[in-house]
Amino acid sequence: MSHTVVSLKTYIATFVSLMVLLIITVVVAYVDLGELNLAAAMAIAVLKAVLIILFFMHIRYGRKLTWVFAGAGFFWLAIMLIFVMCDYATRH
Amino acid sequence: MPEPDAAHAHQFESFEQQRDADTTGMWTFLATEVLFFGGLIVCYTFGRFSFPAAFEAASHHLYVGYGGPNTAILLCSSFTMALAVRSAQLGRRKALVGFLIATVLFGIGFLVVKGFEYHTDYVERLVPKWHFHWDGPDAGHAELFFWLYFVLTGLHAVHVTIGVVLLSVVACLGWKGKITAENHMTAEISGLYWHFVDIVWVFLFPLLYLIGHR
Repeated sequence: MSHTVVSLKTYIATFVSLMVLLIITVVVAYVDLGELNLAAAMAIAVLKAVLIILFFMHIRYGRKLTWVFAGAGFFWLAIMLIFVMCDYATRH
Repeated sequence: MPEPDAAHAHQFESFEQQRDADTTGMWTFLATEVLFFGGLIVCYTFGRFSFPAAFEAASHHLYVGYGGPNTAILLCSSFTMALAVRSAQLGRRKALVGFLIATVLFGIGFLVVKGFEYHTDYVERLVPKWHFHWDGPDAGHAELFFWLYFVLTGLHAVHVTIGVVLLSVVACLGWKGKITAENHMTAEISGLYWHFVDIVWVFLFPLLYLIGHR
């Protein structure tokens, strides 16, 4: 249901988590993890995006149809990125 | 007779159905936006993996001192936006307008910081084509990074500007009492747009600012 009123507590918890993740991503960037730096930064970015989509954008409380419409864009983007990455991963 | 504003549009059977249609329509638009920015992210991926050294060196010239606080500003704006939508759902008119104004101010704050940052980039001769100057090796690919930086952040800034105008209009509508608990979708879908713009930045920040700092 798009009319669910989310509790103040949930919004505050989401916001605090986002700010903590922002600090973590900056700190991790200054530690040399080799190729893992990019992976860690992207994992944190995806986590932040998921938190925003689920709670701020109310997808968590949405109908299945909204899940499909919201997922479609990211699904095609994933195909586009994965195909490009496959090329780089298999190059010698 | 109910007032025109209090009724759902005539093609819908109920507010419920109208809200579902609004949400689905907005997400369809956002899917096109995902692919709009996504195409540029793929260009970035190409550059990042083809010329990793040049991209990391170029990224090192961007200031986390600008990008980091700006990320925090946008996250705060998303928080106040979420609270604005919640106020609309609960029919709290003054809280709705107050949180929308806070969101707009955060948005303007983001653009002001971005403006100062662009000025710094200009002074440091990082603007491609115009008077780009690069001391290190592989100047061409470093310039490519800055093309992507300016196109991605510029396009994002345009979206923030549109959002600031949009939310100002929504704040006026809210002040006039046009947004009610039952008919709050103007606030809801404007919020979806604003959160999406925030998500774009959540990805741009590490991709552009953080890859060169280890």
